[in-house]
Amino acid sequence: MQSAYQMVVIGAGPAGMAAAQTAARQGVEVAVIDEQPHPGGQIYRNVNASPLADIDLLGKDYVFGRQLVQGFEYAHLDYFANSGVWFLDRAGELGIVQDGVHRRVSAQRIVIACGAQERAMPFPGWDKAGVMTAGAAQILMKSAAMVPSEAPVLAGNGPLLLLLAWQYLRAGVRLRAIVDTAQSANRWPALRYFPQAIAASDYLFKGLKLVSAIRRARVPWFREASDLRALGEERLSALHFTCRGKPQHIDTTLLLLHQGVIPALQIAAAAGCETRWNSLQQCWQPQVDDWGQSSVDSVFVAGDAAGIGGARAAWLGGQLAGLQLAHQLGLIDAVKRDKLAQPIRKARARHLAIRPFLDTWYRVAESSLVPGDETLACRCEEVSVGEIRTLAAMGCTGPNQAKAFTRCGMGPCQGRFCGSTVEQVFASETAASPQQIGRFNTRPPLKPVTLGQIAGIAHNEQR
Amino acid sequence: MFKILGDTGEHLVVELDGDEVTVPAGVSVAAALLYLDRIPTRHSVVNGLPRAPYCMMGVCFECLIEVDGVVDQRACQLQVRAGQRLRRQLATSKVESA
Amino acid sequence: MPLQSRQNYDTLIVGGGLVGAAVACGIAATGAGVAVLDGGDRDFRASRGNFGLVWVQGKGADFPAYARLSGVAARQWADFSAELEDATGIDVGLQQTGGYDFCLTGDEWQQREWEMRQVALHTGGEFEYQMLDAAELRQRIPEVSGEVLGASYSAADGHVNPLYLLRALHQRMHDLGVNYAPGQVVQASRRHNDEYVVSTLQQDYRAAKLVFCAGLSNQRLCRDLDMHIPVQPLRGQLLITDRVPVFLPAATLQVRQTREGTLQIGDSHEDVGLDESTTLDVITRLAQRAVRIFPHLAAVRVNRAWGALRVMTPDGVPIYHQSAEHPGAYAISCHSGVTLAALHAREIANWICSGAQDSLIAPFSAERFNV
Repeated sequence: MQSAYQMVVIGAGPAGMAAAQTAARQGVEVAVIDEQPHPGGQIYRNVNASPLADIDLLGKDYVFGRQLVQGFEYAHLDYFANSGVWFLDRAGELGIVQDGVHRRVSAQRIVIACGAQERAMPFPGWDKAGVMTAGAAQILMKSAAMVPSEAPVLAGNGPLLLLLAWQYLRAGVRLRAIVDTAQSANRWPALRYFPQAIAASDYLFKGLKLVSAIRRARVPWFREASDLRALGEERLSALHFTCRGKPQHIDTTLLLLHQGVIPALQIAAAAGCETRWNSLQQCWQPQVDDWGQSSVDSVFVAGDAAGIGGARAAWLGGQLAGLQLAHQLGLIDAVKRDKLAQPIRKARARHLAIRPFLDTWYRVAESSLVPGDETLACRCEEVSVGEIRTLAAMGCTGPNQAKAFTRCGMGPCQGRFCGSTVEQVFASETAASPQQIGRFNTRPPLKPVTLGQIAGIAHNEQR
Repeated sequence: MFKILGDTGEHLVVELDGDEVTVPAGVSVAAALLYLDRIPTRHSVVNGLPRAPYCMMGVCFECLIEVDGVVDQRACQLQVRAGQRLRRQLATSKVESA
Repeated sequence: MPLQSRQNYDTLIVGGGLVGAAVACGIAATGAGVAVLDGGDRDFRASRGNFGLVWVQGKGADFPAYARLSGVAARQWADFSAELEDATGIDVGLQQTGGYDFCLTGDEWQQREWEMRQVALHTGGEFEYQMLDAAELRQRIPEVSGEVLGASYSAADGHVNPLYLLRALHQRMHDLGVNYAPGQVVQASRRHNDEYVVSTLQQDYRAAKLVFCAGLSNQRLCRDLDMHIPVQPLRGQLLITDRVPVFLPAATLQVRQTREGTLQIGDSHEDVGLDESTTLDVITRLAQRAVRIFPHLAAVRVNRAWGALRVMTPDGVPIYHQSAEHPGAYAISCHSGVTLAALHAREIANWICSGAQDSLIAPFSAERFNV
């Protein structure tokens, strides 16, 4: 690893690979830093190093990633696997942990392409052993060829939940039930966006294919489920919920949750990028221009990290960032940049056309975002929603004061899972929008690092 | 609670809570623990609640485990290696160490 | 909340940090009607970046009244924290088992010894201290490395959880009926007949007395009432680690172990203006120093690093100022909101309520800068 690069890309998912490759092709000196052992991000995880005998099992969209990863592997750039960025600032100073060793790198430009994370789905018992995210289940399939040995319950809302169900059925996994928290009331508002969604009809057909396959398999499908509660002592034993007014009880040792994904915001926030609340997607996102440039001139954010658009839009968005960076670094002129960008923009717009429809159809219910008092908001420090609600009602300046008062968000995950719940509780208690409420300040380290490792930075530099 | 599809790949031996166990090669420590159905993988330091891997992508810090004497490692971010000494951070197996 | 709709108060306090909240509690406890105007959630808040020390060592080495004041404040802490816990149920985690300040070089040792002697002198020997050499120090804290030459020690020192202190003070304000108004943006203050009017973006507030405890904003806000309060930001960066087994028997100026077991590692002094950000250089230096003092901490994971802005006066000594032109208008500025908390809730609150002079407090008027 050099001590300076023209451009450092954080994340080797579709957006990061594309930004790096595009800029490198124009002659930019690029380093890509990624936490995983293989490129591809979570979406194309292990796509070229799959433990699965047959990766078609996961569907065409996953297999598509093969060519992207192949192209990336041939690109003229420095790629660092098993590496995490724990510090960065707006001056382009980066602290990186690579296989436990620390390096300090400076970059003229940074592209943040760290993708998305699961939106928290807090309800009583969501912290029990045996409750996992649907994304986690997919990672087990992609990286370890592992599937549940007993029939799991899938609960929540959103395309990924259906995709996981479909993949499991193809893999011969029996499903105990789908506990669907989607609201049928969302369908009418969603239809408003249907005409533009037709431009991306392949997404709609794919959705229909998933639904009909799940129906054919006769998986018990509880719609409009609410009031979820996971039971069990040392580990999960059952799920309770209400379905159309009737209480339901399902015994299970594995519960897989999903209610959409949200941009992984920590790194962009740490870099000082302005963020705004996206009320349609119910999440924060960094403010970026058409090229992905943030409010901090030297920092770009591309792909799902800049707003949820899916893998294909991320790949194209990464290319746009790469072109603009090559231009800003003096390697291509504006005419060439715009000529190359034009077809990319057009293709990206088509992939994004489906989003308002999906975002509205799968809009998360208020009750799932603002749970009851006994629910744990912060899993790390075990702070209940009730504690946050009491503070909000008492008159507390906001999430950061609540964090100071309760330790909520101070644990090792640094508020990545409780942040949205805290904002939502404040918003609902004070009848304000999350934009008015604000969010947790982000603090380094962004990835785990020890005192000794940090202290060794100067030592490494001397070598 | 998890199995390997067409489990014909390589395996290796690690030590878990003092016992030798066989796990698939090339998977994360968290995946190995789920394969062995050894959950909870820890009790929380705040109130002693049982926890297990949750996000599998390094975000939630629920899968913290002791690896070769170093506590609080994210099991989902570490690959299994032959001879690795794993210890679940359970209330009953709590060892006083500096 | 009976006071919610009121806009006329006995005392209006601008600022809801450790200083404003402590003063508000003290005044409200006398039965006076108090309102506290606080800022936004992401404003500069020294109170949320505090290291948590109750610290007397070396304070006021060249300002005798400050040495005495710090001693008085620290001695009140045990009683004050018990009182707070009784009233609010919140244990602020006071551990007043003394404090160590490590010396890594001979120069540090000599400077420290001089400061300690001065403070003892100023307090007529009330402040007691010891200079511990390496062997004595390691008898008390075996984990200290061989690189440490020694430490100063004072039994008067200690530490609390500064965030729980802030929370307890807010809870107490609430219980005493203080009207707490967060999210206020103060536009202007003026005197109108016998009352003060503070206009915020939201509304006007009126009171017979007005106390500015607005941290760095005091400089700007106090100008409206002709008070010159010269405060400047001084950034401090701090690290906090994950929980580790308890090994520190007392507070140290370099590393503090919280009741949860986490280690707070401080602190830098950087004159960088209104910039709260963290830097790789300073984080690295803090980590290096911590590991140099306690080598066994090398494997401990850092949980958070943050920067906060101290509210510094030109001489580093607090300002307790009453306007000469506008009786009833006060300004309080200090960077020791924890050490002085009991004093703020008691002596300072009484001073404001009574309007009388007090020999303990008089030397701290901002007049001292007008010479």
